[in-house]
Amino acid sequence: MAKDDLSTHLKYVGTRPDRPDGLDKVTGRARYGADIAAAGMLHAAVVRSPHAHARIIKIDTSKAEAVAGVKAVVTRADFPTGLTGEDWNLQENTMAGDKALYDGHAVAAVAATTSLLAKEAAELVEVEYEILPHVTDVDEAIKPDAPVIREGAADASVPEGMPANVVKYMEFGHGDIEAGFAEADLVMENTYKTEATHQGYIEPQACMGQLGKDGKGEMWVSTQGHWYIRKMSAAVLGLEASQLRVTPSEIGGGFGGKTTIFMEPLSLALSKKAGGRPVKIVMSRAEVLRATGPTASASMDVKIGMKKDGTLTAARAEFRMQGGAFPGAPVDMALYCAFAAYKLPNVEHIGYDVLANRPKCAAYRAPGSPMGAFAAESLLDEMCHKLGLDPLEVRKKNAVREGDKSSYGPKFGSIGLIETLDALENHPNMQAPLGPNQGRGIATGYWFNHGGETSVSMAISEDGTAQVSVGTPDIGGSRASIALMTAEALGIPYENVRVNVVETGALGVNEPTHGSRATFASGKAAVESTNQAIAEMCRRAAAEWGIAPEAVEWRDGAAHPAGPNAGDFPPMSIQEIAVKMGETGGPISGHHEGNLDGVGASFGAHAVDVEVDPETGRTTILRYLVVQDAGRAIHPAYVEGQYQGGAVQGIGWALNEEYIYDDKGRLQNPVFLDYRIPVASDLPMIDTVIVEVPNPGHPYGVRGVGETGITPPLPALANAIQNAVGVRMRDLPMSPVKVLAAIKAQNG
Amino acid sequence: MSKIHVQTIVNRDPVEFLADPRETLLDCLRDHLGLTGSKEGCGTGDCGACSVTVDGTLISSCLMLGVEAGGKSIETIEGMAQGEDLHPLQRKFIEHAAFQCGYCTPGILVAAKNLLEKNPSPTETEVRYWLAGNLCRCTGYDKIIRAVMDAAEEMRGAA
Amino acid sequence: MKFHSPTSFAEAVVLAQNSEGVLRYLAGGTDVLVQMRAGIVTPDELIDLKKIPGVFDITRTAEGGWTIGVGVSGAQLGAHAELCADWPGVVDGMELVGSTQVQGRATLVGNLCNGSPAADSVPGMVAAGATVSITGPEGDRILAIEDIPAGPGRTNLTKGEMITAINLPPRGENGGDCYLRFIPRTEMDIAVVGCAVNLRLDGDTITEARVSLGAVAPTVLLVQDAADAIIGTTLDDEAVANLMAAASAACNPISDKRGTIEFRTDVAGVLAKRAAKFAYARAKGEVIKGTHL
Repeated sequence: MAKDDLSTHLKYVGTRPDRPDGLDKVTGRARYGADIAAAGMLHAAVVRSPHAHARIIKIDTSKAEAVAGVKAVVTRADFPTGLTGEDWNLQENTMAGDKALYDGHAVAAVAATTSLLAKEAAELVEVEYEILPHVTDVDEAIKPDAPVIREGAADASVPEGMPANVVKYMEFGHGDIEAGFAEADLVMENTYKTEATHQGYIEPQACMGQLGKDGKGEMWVSTQGHWYIRKMSAAVLGLEASQLRVTPSEIGGGFGGKTTIFMEPLSLALSKKAGGRPVKIVMSRAEVLRATGPTASASMDVKIGMKKDGTLTAARAEFRMQGGAFPGAPVDMALYCAFAAYKLPNVEHIGYDVLANRPKCAAYRAPGSPMGAFAAESLLDEMCHKLGLDPLEVRKKNAVREGDKSSYGPKFGSIGLIETLDALENHPNMQAPLGPNQGRGIATGYWFNHGGETSVSMAISEDGTAQVSVGTPDIGGSRASIALMTAEALGIPYENVRVNVVETGALGVNEPTHGSRATFASGKAAVESTNQAIAEMCRRAAAEWGIAPEAVEWRDGAAHPAGPNAGDFPPMSIQEIAVKMGETGGPISGHHEGNLDGVGASFGAHAVDVEVDPETGRTTILRYLVVQDAGRAIHPAYVEGQYQGGAVQGIGWALNEEYIYDDKGRLQNPVFLDYRIPVASDLPMIDTVIVEVPNPGHPYGVRGVGETGITPPLPALANAIQNAVGVRMRDLPMSPVKVLAAIKAQNG
Repeated sequence: MSKIHVQTIVNRDPVEFLADPRETLLDCLRDHLGLTGSKEGCGTGDCGACSVTVDGTLISSCLMLGVEAGGKSIETIEGMAQGEDLHPLQRKFIEHAAFQCGYCTPGILVAAKNLLEKNPSPTETEVRYWLAGNLCRCTGYDKIIRAVMDAAEEMRGAA
Repeated sequence: MKFHSPTSFAEAVVLAQNSEGVLRYLAGGTDVLVQMRAGIVTPDELIDLKKIPGVFDITRTAEGGWTIGVGVSGAQLGAHAELCADWPGVVDGMELVGSTQVQGRATLVGNLCNGSPAADSVPGMVAAGATVSITGPEGDRILAIEDIPAGPGRTNLTKGEMITAINLPPRGENGGDCYLRFIPRTEMDIAVVGCAVNLRLDGDTITEARVSLGAVAPTVLLVQDAADAIIGTTLDDEAVANLMAAASAACNPISDKRGTIEFRTDVAGVLAKRAAKFAYARAKGEVIKGTHL
């Protein structure tokens, strides 16, 4: 069937049934990371550095160990040595070695019979520090005379002679950048800065680990990817991965922040030392903010050339990002995404990954893309202002289409940017009248989406229902969407499919739920697995009928004789096949695994109307519109949810969220009181439009919808604020303090 | 550290436990009574995930000591449904896809129920301000607000 | 940590007087528990005042004022129609403290004794001319609200002393008050600046006024110059300009994670203007509801 006709034949895909975990989640029964307990379980507390950068002279754990009820204390001395590369980085971040590298860096951990006791004992661990000069700002950290976080951390990409904290360097592009700028009627260049923000999942990291002297262990953990937890924990502790069985709990939000390890291996190290008793570690909110990975902070120079009619001639981006005391700031992704929406004959990208005394950054929804968009989409808007051009028209004029070479190199396949911009233009919000101190801003956003390592099994049960085993934790309704696709392929009701997120022992390696891949990749693999089971059911029916298996076709949940045999036998339903599968050859199942390709990128465009109080600098959002290409929305309510949630995270990043360090490099706001994520009363309803330009690389056209939504709000709000009160904010967050200062500066 | 014997009512059942005076009501509900539906998101009264009612007043159970619970009547998410019958808010939250990860959901449901008991016809703005102390990072609040408004309407119709 | 639940203030005073180490009183607990959790304060003794009879009472005095017990929560204040009608600015200030959930527990006295210059309920009480009743080993005394905070996190209460009630004066005729604060979000933040205005009219002219500012100095301020700027006026443009200037001039703020010196100084004037206009309208008999003005 042709892709275009697909939607008219779909029975389940595109509907909005109740999610399978709904009942558990509205009754408090769903079990998250901290909700488990086991016989003999101990509780852990972690000792953390109060200094941004300090040499660890001595750790004395004797007083803590002497407390009755304390069963184990671990320091770095309890970890294996000789690790290299990212394994070493992970180990060093799990537990500081020679130096504490940021405020909150773990230096010791204690396990005791109660959590109160563990906390008391942790306070008795005596750590002697020699405080070293520190640096937390990326522009300071890249200076030649900045305190050096770690000698020899740079990889081979860094040219000789660069400052010591530059650990990765990149440059790429195409065309003739200078010729491109020469062709332009207007060339503008500005510097933009974004502060680090945290994913802000409401569930703090939590796990329970158990490890015996025999090297066999188990973990229960809130994570986006339990195979990653297994691999990383095994590497850090020198264990065999297969001896660790990791079960994911329900997960209380992740947004990228739960794709890696922080304190999880400590539960195993403590357990082993405590004779194999299970050890539970639950982070406090302050620990989450101080010591789990926020995103990077960025300082970005952007230069764009534009003709009078809005045609882009050239663009250049030079981004400096710090992702904490370890390599890994998403500067590459930020550069790839910055100009991805536009046809650019001449483009140059330069990037620096810089170390600083901050926690090791983790992925955060479309890692890098929001920063790149803030810089590029802000400058583009400033140029439209200068040339008196309509910002939406300019974006449409330069928008990439299928077959265009992307700013970062590869050619685009099927994409829906034009359709997205058209839908934005046609939305009633774009016609809403604006009053004094009100302004409208638009911006686009981009994410590649991701396939990745995926392993899925499905099996037919004896009663003709189906179970699907996936390895991607369900963070926002993916069990519902995978069940819908399986039901569609099988031709049985959605309610007859149960999707389980299974432990590491049950499947091959799965990457985490990241990069907007769960519905795409696990869904695609579930459909492939289902097709295998269908083929087997057709074979069983053919054998019974005594016809060739090729002469059987599957539709509406039953095998039908086809071709020359059509109508010779009544259809054989899935229930009829299942009930006797024991006698006809045994269990019927399917399995699919691989590095799934066929990914389709997702563009989005947002429009926001704001009112700025000129006396206080406070920005109020009047209306907000998200338009994004989903490929196909399997469960539209959860697609809308991704759009809305992503947009609001972007709004938080744009307006109020930031990491605030004092002059000693200590985080000043490790609480939700002062790490200000948006609250319900800050927002209007978030309007959404789902554009569907199907991805030919997925059986139902799925692209992946999770990431893109966080990207456009940053520049869209800056653009709206300029249109409201005339000031251009190039430094996030656009907090009232900064906006009021800008207004006053403008008024002289 | 001597513990204190506490007798109280939770979800209409009499219960008792021994509490260290430093333990919060949330700690006692979760660790001593096995009621893990109330969640800790911050421990400082900033996120609302631990919302319960005490004698009909909405509070953060992380901001009350377990030893203060003696003689009170406490309602948690576990007591919201009557047997198999979900509260209209619980049904509407499923129907409207008003949660993604679901971690903030118990606290929001408890808070919203308390609102509708006091104000059966809240405006959207009133719902938003009432729930301002219930952080949700997944949804952007849109579907939560719609679910609460819809449940209120249904409950008004049924009343 | 020892936990005490006295059933009289006399018993509480003895416990407090004999306490050793770090002592904290537990009313609503919304500050104490946070400080315990963060490890900022680890009390050796905690005295819960909520078992003392009368601490949850809101009582009209013979003179027409109000006595508010130390256990009265923000939710309880907000539900008291007569009190809200008399002192909307005081009640609004309390209702701005934290979330709905925090309102279920937090108290005026706790907010006052926490000693934060940014305490939302304090400017309203100062502007109202409220006092506190204190009991202690040396007997009872009454102090003005503004005399309680000694600096961030400190009070002028001596060892063994504790507040037994808040006293609000009679509202009287033609009076109105208002408290406004500035925060970056719409809820859940600590005030970057707060301002309360309480005034009385004779016809259109302001005859009495008290203006109080929060979060712009080490303690909540009572700003006489700001009051003088509007007394005897009809809150005309010139008076408003003078009020704004006086409010800003009284500021002695710091720059911190929540705001800068410049921002606090500017916005103090803006809030004084806005609060004065609402207070004036209320004094004129307009019913203006809502804490998010």
